[in-house]
Amino acid sequence: MSDGAPVEITVNGSTVAARPGELLIDACERTGTYIPRFCHHPRMEPVGMCRMCLVEVDTGRGPALQPSCMLTCSPGMQVDTESERTRSAQDGVLELLLVNHPLDCPVCDKGGECPLQDQTMTFGPGESRYVEEKRHFVKPIPVNTNVLLDRERCVLCDRCTRFADQVAGDRLIHFLERGSRTQVNTFPGEPFSSYFSGNTVQICPVGALTAVPFRFKARPWDLEEVESTSVLDSVGSRISVQSSRGRVLRFMGLDSDAVNWGWLSDRERFVFEAYDHPDRLTGPLLSGGAAGGQDPKGSTQVSATWADALGATAEALSGTDPDRIAVLGGSRLTNESQYAWAKLAKGILGTDNVDAQLGDGLPVEVLLGLPRATIDEACTPGGTIVLLGPDPKEELGSLYLRLRHAVVHDGATLIELTPHATGLTGIATHSIRVLPGEAAGVVRSMFQGGTGDVAAAGAVISSGGPVTVLWGRTSLAETDGLVVDAAMALLEHVPDVGFLSLLRRGNVHGALDMGMSPGFLPGRTTLEASGDKFENVWSCLPGETGLGCVAALEAAAAGDIDVLVLLGADILADLPDHDLARRALEQAGTVVAVDLFVTSTVECADIVLAAAAPTEVDGSFTNLEGRISVVARGSSPPGTSRPDWMIAVELAERLGTDLGFTSLDGIWSELASVSAVHADLSLNLIRASGTEGLLAKGQMPLAMPPVTEVPDATESTLRLVVTRSMFDNGVLNAHSNALAGLAPGAGIRVEPSDLDRLGLEDGSTVEISGPRGEHIAEVVASTQVMAGTAHVLFNQDGLDAGRLIDASMPVIDVRLVKAR
Amino acid sequence: MGYFSDTNQSLALEIIGRYPRPKSAVIPLLHLAQEQEGWVTREAMLQIADLTGVTPAEVLGTGSFYEMFKFHPVGRYMVNVCTNISCQLLGGEELLDHVESTLGAGAGDTTEDGMFTVEDVECVAACTEGPCFTVNYRYFHRATPGVFDEVVADLREGRSPIQRGAAGDSGDMPEHGRLGRVRQEIPAGRRAGVVPPEQAGEQPVWLSSTAEVDTSG
Repeated sequence: MSDGAPVEITVNGSTVAARPGELLIDACERTGTYIPRFCHHPRMEPVGMCRMCLVEVDTGRGPALQPSCMLTCSPGMQVDTESERTRSAQDGVLELLLVNHPLDCPVCDKGGECPLQDQTMTFGPGESRYVEEKRHFVKPIPVNTNVLLDRERCVLCDRCTRFADQVAGDRLIHFLERGSRTQVNTFPGEPFSSYFSGNTVQICPVGALTAVPFRFKARPWDLEEVESTSVLDSVGSRISVQSSRGRVLRFMGLDSDAVNWGWLSDRERFVFEAYDHPDRLTGPLLSGGAAGGQDPKGSTQVSATWADALGATAEALSGTDPDRIAVLGGSRLTNESQYAWAKLAKGILGTDNVDAQLGDGLPVEVLLGLPRATIDEACTPGGTIVLLGPDPKEELGSLYLRLRHAVVHDGATLIELTPHATGLTGIATHSIRVLPGEAAGVVRSMFQGGTGDVAAAGAVISSGGPVTVLWGRTSLAETDGLVVDAAMALLEHVPDVGFLSLLRRGNVHGALDMGMSPGFLPGRTTLEASGDKFENVWSCLPGETGLGCVAALEAAAAGDIDVLVLLGADILADLPDHDLARRALEQAGTVVAVDLFVTSTVECADIVLAAAAPTEVDGSFTNLEGRISVVARGSSPPGTSRPDWMIAVELAERLGTDLGFTSLDGIWSELASVSAVHADLSLNLIRASGTEGLLAKGQMPLAMPPVTEVPDATESTLRLVVTRSMFDNGVLNAHSNALAGLAPGAGIRVEPSDLDRLGLEDGSTVEISGPRGEHIAEVVASTQVMAGTAHVLFNQDGLDAGRLIDASMPVIDVRLVKAR
Repeated sequence: MGYFSDTNQSLALEIIGRYPRPKSAVIPLLHLAQEQEGWVTREAMLQIADLTGVTPAEVLGTGSFYEMFKFHPVGRYMVNVCTNISCQLLGGEELLDHVESTLGAGAGDTTEDGMFTVEDVECVAACTEGPCFTVNYRYFHRATPGVFDEVVADLREGRSPIQRGAAGDSGDMPEHGRLGRVRQEIPAGRRAGVVPPEQAGEQPVWLSSTAEVDTSG
């Protein structure tokens, strides 16, 4: 859009260079002349609804009032934004808007940050000539459980409805009763059930749309604001954390050009409520056994001092061999905390049984060895996006909005290779259903021997434009090797292909960069390739590659792990294989949980260390592109809970050594000395990088991974597909009032023809038998799933998908029979 | 389960096939729904949304712009009395008073027997013939209370009052919702079907005047 020579226009007597195709309102704002507006939003198509941006424009036919949001700059345009006629037009528009808009600013949540209020003060007439009664509506009405609508405040700017249509694609709010009674509303009984509804509150230029979690909580002028990053998923959306009197009261999306464009999913936006929940851990807990009593393991946990809890942890850690210690989880942590824990585990304790991924991730050597794409590269206008992973709409909401924009508005071509329909299926050029285990074969047939859609998709990919593969685990019920094989086949056939990982969990990419996986060290390097960089800084290095999450838990279940440290890892809920998690927790020696809440997993721990939440710590975050941005504290940790890196520092001290740093800057200077990826970075540079953050670059040499063998599918069984949805029973979801009720629950979904073949009916109760025994559930007919598969949502009420999964099998085949 | 009757369902599919995009059929289908039940029900809008690939909110948002789509139950006969300036000067308000007191229903209300809904309407573009009223959008010019009483008597007794009206012919008075006496029929051979403009290749069948067309239906 910005290609070509600049367009010279005159604004209030000064010459201004506009970009080719730029709207007048944007060109003026960029060059320092603000034109008031309500409907115009830079991330959406202009509509010219509100007329607030009328300015006097002369394009050679004499000056005339024109809406600057609908006018593309043309050479020689003479613009006057301060003329008498412009002023009078602004007065008139505001007077008309205020005919019906109530002057309830003192009790309105928007008061103090309201564009209508501000612009009336700046540009408006100050007095109204109207004495007539204003419009009245029942107020407020919920458009969904989190967003309230006060219709009499609405100025019909079309921002929320355009967002629903153009950005989210959920056209569930609309102008109704157009004419003198126009209002925004939903269809009766059909709420605005969009994953992105909170954005409409953020862009509403008046107080018509308000969010339940913030309504009447604080006045805008009482809010303190820090720029931070959402650590809820791996997109790392930039946010503004806003708090008052020490409590975080809301998150707002920041417009980061490279990442989230100001948008947030409702999960990212409303999760802050969980951090403020009264169930938060306020200090350490010790179970009876760990406190020195005679009680058996898993008995009641009681409050303890940090001295006792850290002492007990250090005692457990120092009393065993390094290879009998495992440290799992860590995606919640900031980069700095991850480095501290990685150093504690590998550089002091000497164990390599460290894994931030919980059996649902990707092999690190492949992830770090593939050419990595950025979100912008994936969304290149006219490029091709290949989805070989989970549904971005369900798992990485703000990435989904970027992808949707690229396809719908920027002419990108989307090809999806998934076992079920996704949120992107409706806009995909080729939507190819792939049975778990057959992805690599389908990819190869795209380039050779395929027919129909498969061949057509291959032709698009081979046509020469930029290609980005979004790759991740399409199903939690299949092994990671399968998607790796498919990714390798794409790498082989597509020159210059880029890969963007869809690993979803928080700062998991930071954890991988910090070496929180077996065989790895900070800086995207392996134990073998580390050279001597670590020798002077770390007191030891693990002798050989340790166990990954699943292997470590299997070892624990076999009684071979004496200390199991869980860094925010709720393995009973989050590990795909629930049976393994349960056995590991039962058989592990001492279980140490560093967490925010007493989750079902933490209940099984002997020692519980209370950590600070992401809104309570300073530091940095690494997103799925490798982009590092700032995390900043908006409130204090409850009780004596503290940042994870401090816990690591204190544990090191109890172990009689020293981690070598006592501040974030100390961590960074050490990190920069050992990690080539972070060598030129510091926390100050990241802070100074603004909304866009800094991209950490560095690719490892790629070794060809082994090929995974898959058994053939059989007629009598269905292949299990397990995926996550935006809202589930995860601990943060469950502790946020706004999100708690939104989890959809799980049944087992089967394609209608399979139901017929198996003699089952929609809604009937079935017995599911697979490697983990028999389970009863309701079967639902769905055309969204692929024939030959059975689809279950993970971590929901109803059928527990984690009890169907055996992590040791490449794919899971289940048999469905009618329950007696 | 569909909302439309079998006949209307196949008609609905035929109507959708008249447009390059299914969405364009929303308003014709709202007419069809109103014809089926006298007003546009919630179920009808859900069904239309389903048939045309839009959301129910878009169907309601589109339909509720139009005064003549009714989203609440109305009587079999819609009596609209004009009280705009020309009719008002010639006795429109007195006529409305008479209508309301005779039928026992105020403007906006429906009689208890479900026969009549009374509305006070804006100009119906018959200013030279005021005062005037319409029944199911059939005009009655230079109306007096007496004419209105005769029209009501006709309808209550099952006769058509059409010959008293502006058209002056002897047709039936249709029930509320019915659009016209003749339904548009597009022969199968002239239906282009749903083809988005950007995908349209050759000239559509309804444009090719030389094409052999089967007009038998």
